[in-house]
Amino acid sequence: MLELKNISYDVSDELGQKEIIRNLSLTIDENKFVVITGPNGGGKSTLAKLIAGIMQPTSGQILFNGEDITNKSITERANMGISFAFQQPVRFKGIQVLDLIRIAAKKNLSAADACKYLSEVGLCAKDYINREVNASLSGGELKRIEIATVLARGTQLSIFDEPEAGIDLWSFQNLIQVFERMQAKNQDGSILIISHQERILNIADEIVVIADGEIVNHGPKDEILPTLLGTSSAVNVCNKFPQGGVQQ
Amino acid sequence: MIKIDEIQKRLLREVADLHSVPEGAYNIRANSGMAGRNTTANIDIISKEDVSGIDIKIKPGTKNESVHIPVVLSKSGLKEMVYNDFYIGEDSDVVIVAGCGIDNCGSQDSEHDGIHRFYVGKHAKVKYIEKHYGSGNGKGKRILNPGTEVYMEEGSSMEMEMVQIKGVDSTIRTTTAELDAGASLVVRERLMTHGDQYAESIYEVKLNGEGASADVVSRSVAKDNSYQKFDSKITGNAPCNGHTECDAIIMGDAKILAVPQLEANDLDAALIHEAAIGKIAGEQIMKLMTLGLTEEEAEEQIISGFLK
Repeated sequence: MLELKNISYDVSDELGQKEIIRNLSLTIDENKFVVITGPNGGGKSTLAKLIAGIMQPTSGQILFNGEDITNKSITERANMGISFAFQQPVRFKGIQVLDLIRIAAKKNLSAADACKYLSEVGLCAKDYINREVNASLSGGELKRIEIATVLARGTQLSIFDEPEAGIDLWSFQNLIQVFERMQAKNQDGSILIISHQERILNIADEIVVIADGEIVNHGPKDEILPTLLGTSSAVNVCNKFPQGGVQQ
Repeated sequence: MIKIDEIQKRLLREVADLHSVPEGAYNIRANSGMAGRNTTANIDIISKEDVSGIDIKIKPGTKNESVHIPVVLSKSGLKEMVYNDFYIGEDSDVVIVAGCGIDNCGSQDSEHDGIHRFYVGKHAKVKYIEKHYGSGNGKGKRILNPGTEVYMEEGSSMEMEMVQIKGVDSTIRTTTAELDAGASLVVRERLMTHGDQYAESIYEVKLNGEGASADVVSRSVAKDNSYQKFDSKITGNAPCNGHTECDAIIMGDAKILAVPQLEANDLDAALIHEAAIGKIAGEQIMKLMTLGLTEEEAEEQIISGFLK
């Protein structure tokens, strides 16, 4: 479904040129749950943004269902079937949760239908549907709304950049179920998640480990996960929330 | 019998959401003449004799009634100055819909300047909606200069919704209000300017009685080469609460000047102002593009949400 061929991404600053992604190749097949992990600063988020079109690779090629999308815009890729949930969701003054879900679903959903997506991510829909997506929402609420917009799109490839960041422990446990249900429903689709969380790695079909812009390991979960346990690439949820569910 | 043409009908829809003859009291002014009027048992509308304009008299205790007084201009080169006075009786609860639409296809400027004075009786409740709209491809400018004076007696409340989204080339809007004890004023202004348009919005609110409160909030979008000035002053002359806020999106080569001012003449006057001007954040556009909108559609969506 998705094929990255020899992707590189360089940035220039006063210290010279730096390679964030180095000649990376990766294939993601249909109906797969793939988690990308690895140390911070290794290029994981950059890779997700390159796939969604938010960043352009310096060299290499990206194919989606066989079609070269390397030079396609964010909009074109979105309409071809790629969704992207931001690590830090964006706020909008005046745009209501209902508006955002309707834009995502590309149809004039009834409030009741839109509510289903909110309920799916554990938000009491009637309290949120008419709220503005502005600073009055907490980071965790925004994050769940962000995930609801991806659910509403129901596209073939859904990319989540650290979906657990900013989410409390209770929501985190529900989040796992959201991904499991999503994968069960969307038989042709694949989910690509950037995460360090052992619980998320544990429900993956495949794990990709990225460090210094390169793939250092890639294979089935059962093979890769044992090599990661105890490292920063597979953080236990209880290490993350040592004090009663408050994320450290 | 209402005598208006198609262009005027379209303008009426834009400024007053009127698709047919409104219910309740109304006075429709078209090209400087009266095109229709209706009064009710509780609401009287009387033409002024010394100057152009009307007196609207609402009896004390009138509840759940509305008054529509739209103005439409479809002739190029028309200039008018109108005085409308509203006397709102004690304990009444009414909705007043005003608004002005100008269609100017000609080369001469069209201008409507209106002074609205509101005398709001004790414990009366008023919702006032005013929309301004301009259309037409002529070189003549569409000019609107509304002046609004509000005098609020004890315990009265007024909510004003002022909207100017499109097509008015030049506008200077001046609103002054004086509030007695316990009176409350809420203003929600929405403004969008484009092309070479010029818009000034001036508010001067005096909180004169104990417990009076005012909340004046403007949201605006300035596009292209347009210019906007928001000048809002709240004076607290008694123990009171006042808040004024201007939140603006700037685009293209537009210019925006925000001048919020507070003056406290009483130890217990609690006054706050906020002003923010900024462009649309790139990540907002990007987020909507990941939902399948083009850059232009994303921008439109952000603006229409902001001005909703």
